[in-house]
Amino acid sequence: MFEMKFAAEGGGLVAELSGRLDARSAPDFERDALAAADGLEGERGMLLDLSGLEYISSAGLRSILLLARRLSGSSGRVVLCGMAGVVKEVFDISGFDSFLPVASGRDEGLSLLSGRGA
Amino acid sequence: MGVREREFVASLESLPDIRSFVLEEDGAEGRLPPRRAAHMDVAIEEIVVNICSYAYEIPPGRLTVRVEESPDAFSVEFLDNGVAFDPLSVDDPDVSLPLDGRDAGGLGILLIRRMMDEVHYSRKGDLNSLRIVMTAGGR
Repeated sequence: MFEMKFAAEGGGLVAELSGRLDARSAPDFERDALAAADGLEGERGMLLDLSGLEYISSAGLRSILLLARRLSGSSGRVVLCGMAGVVKEVFDISGFDSFLPVASGRDEGLSLLSGRGA
Repeated sequence: MGVREREFVASLESLPDIRSFVLEEDGAEGRLPPRRAAHMDVAIEEIVVNICSYAYEIPPGRLTVRVEESPDAFSVEFLDNGVAFDPLSVDDPDVSLPLDGRDAGGLGILLIRRMMDEVHYSRKGDLNSLRIVMTAGGR
């Protein structure tokens, strides 16, 4: 079971991911996230709030990589927050946290998106 | 405890059944600490996806999963009769590259290696065998 909800907050689009982002749910996530990225107007990027995410595999990482590439092509970015447990371990092992900014929470994530933060 | 074995269709549709066969059947969930069960969860998906994607020239083939539990180790063997392929022969990806240089290739096997205590590949007749082991004193 995987779910994604969008909320526009303070100059950025927040996507709240919950459940399992695996090889079965990744294609739907990828389609919806890329469509949302293409629909951004004033916002500079997307904050992925992963605090509700219980599980991610390399298929989920691949989709997040595609999303980050799509946004970087339009000078936007992807910021992450809320990783815990095995989700955090998967990000650590893959090194994705070395090229995607990781915020301590939603407020910091939004300020990173708007360029106010470091 | 003991040994259990089942054959599945090697297709992504089988993933939930394979997962519950390894992680839940015969009370297995009570014997694995949650963090180790999560590691096993990731390893199962990466192996099954790999076999479903690459092992068969005309998919889907069959996949046999054999679980062996002892007080010292939780071991899972995946057997397929697809083309011979040793996933451990692939170099680990460079995880220090920036966004532009990255692709997601090789991340699955890297996750397996880092989350399991042992990973063994062997060719058994016309079968690929990949066996992953979590030991009682492991990570």
